[in-house]
Amino acid sequence: MQENCILKIEHLNKKFADHEVLKDVNLTVNKGDVVAIIGPSGCGKSTFLRCLNCMEDPTGGTILFRGENLADFKVDINKHRRHIGMVFQQFNLFNNMTVLQNITLAPILVGCADLRAKKRKTLLTKIGNVFRKEKKAVDAPTVTKADIKTAAKEKAMELLKKIGLEDKADAYPSTLSGGQKQRIAIVRALAMEPDVLLFDEPTSALDPEMVGEVLNLMTELANEGMTMVVVTHEMGFAKEVANRVIFIDEGVIKEENTPQEFFHAPQNERLKEFLSKVL
Amino acid sequence: MDWSTKWEKFVSTMEGEYFQQLLLDGLLNTDKVAVMGLIIGIIIGTLIAVVKVAPKYKLIMRILDKICTVYVALFRGTPMTVQLLLAYYVLLPSLGVRNVDSLTVGIVVFGMNSGAYVSEIMRGGINSVDKGQMEAGRAVGLSYNVTMLRIVIPQAIKNILPTLGNEFITLIKETSVLSFITVYDLYTALSAIGSKNYEKMVPYLVMAVIYIILVLLITLLVRLLETALAKSDKSAPKRKKA
Repeated sequence: MQENCILKIEHLNKKFADHEVLKDVNLTVNKGDVVAIIGPSGCGKSTFLRCLNCMEDPTGGTILFRGENLADFKVDINKHRRHIGMVFQQFNLFNNMTVLQNITLAPILVGCADLRAKKRKTLLTKIGNVFRKEKKAVDAPTVTKADIKTAAKEKAMELLKKIGLEDKADAYPSTLSGGQKQRIAIVRALAMEPDVLLFDEPTSALDPEMVGEVLNLMTELANEGMTMVVVTHEMGFAKEVANRVIFIDEGVIKEENTPQEFFHAPQNERLKEFLSKVL
Repeated sequence: MDWSTKWEKFVSTMEGEYFQQLLLDGLLNTDKVAVMGLIIGIIIGTLIAVVKVAPKYKLIMRILDKICTVYVALFRGTPMTVQLLLAYYVLLPSLGVRNVDSLTVGIVVFGMNSGAYVSEIMRGGINSVDKGQMEAGRAVGLSYNVTMLRIVIPQAIKNILPTLGNEFITLIKETSVLSFITVYDLYTALSAIGSKNYEKMVPYLVMAVIYIILVLLITLLVRLLETALAKSDKSAPKRKKA
């Protein structure tokens, strides 16, 4: 059970000045889960998602990820964010970089930073060995910067091929359609090999025509076993792909259930009203 | 008024090798101060702007912020001439520093002055970049500083390029006050040429023309740079109209 659990959110609170957006939210996301979060606008569902990787710092509660509490300011959040992919409503591709650079930027920078850290450590061990009687084993890094770069590029091209956009590798984001941008944003998140992907209304800024291609990719990922938390207005996606659906209203989880139960036998009054409007 | 004699006097003065060298040195010094000043200005300006837009959780950031505010107020609040005079005739002698090349002082003062102006330009540029860019950078696990350096600032610079061109033009024209601290700039050179036979009308006109040419060259340069940097927001290759 403990190994299966990827994110464990307990008593999460978020206040903006005096306005309490989230009140005591609890949620556990297990490996392979696809959790859909729905709710009326302004109910705090986006804020909740953004709290999960501390884009918004929670004002109370704990977020356990890989055994560490992300809500704690002492935790190096950058290190953990590498394992939590995030996809935005507005895509947010880096405008000054090509598609390929967009995807490889973080893997290369992170890889090189790790390499530097390892080199430093090796050097220290070597210096230490001069004074040690029992020499410590030197664990020298075997990869070079160039290796990291090629690996990142290969990975990126492979992912682009998967979504059929390998010919756009050298294009700039401004030349792409919304659907293409969003799929590349998903690939950018995937390139870090995250444990969980967070989607913040990934299809809300898209033309109706392009919603399909993005949802298809997300469905594909779900089928491959990717753990996902999706804030969405796409009831069809929630119904068919998600294995759990959550209804948030007024900063509280009002209902949490399997899609079957959720859509066909809702318990909460507010949810019944909401569903009657959107379905 | 007899323009032809005036022109002949100017031409005859300019035939002297000494005066040719003078003009060339003046031109070179003017360019040096403006270009180096701008480079220093961009560096200082970017640093100040980054401090200004950074979150102020930490005490050190709040202190740096105050220092930057004072810096900008000082350098924008006094004329360049006053700054040059203070640096060269007050600050350096009182620190006991001698034998400093006046050109170096000019470059440093121009850079620091420009930094104050560029900081505000750059701050606007950074704010003009969509917040989502920073969020996206942070979301893939890059630190604030790396995201700033690799993603936000390059886009900011592209946005403020025309304004930076403006700053460069201002700098190159303001070099005419360098004569206050004995730097041989364009103004000093042409003034000296005019003093040769007390005929300054033509040299001053020539000076104006040279400044205009310099400014036009900068304008062209900025245009070219803009086109080069605009490659990332070109939508689809442009087709000629049928």
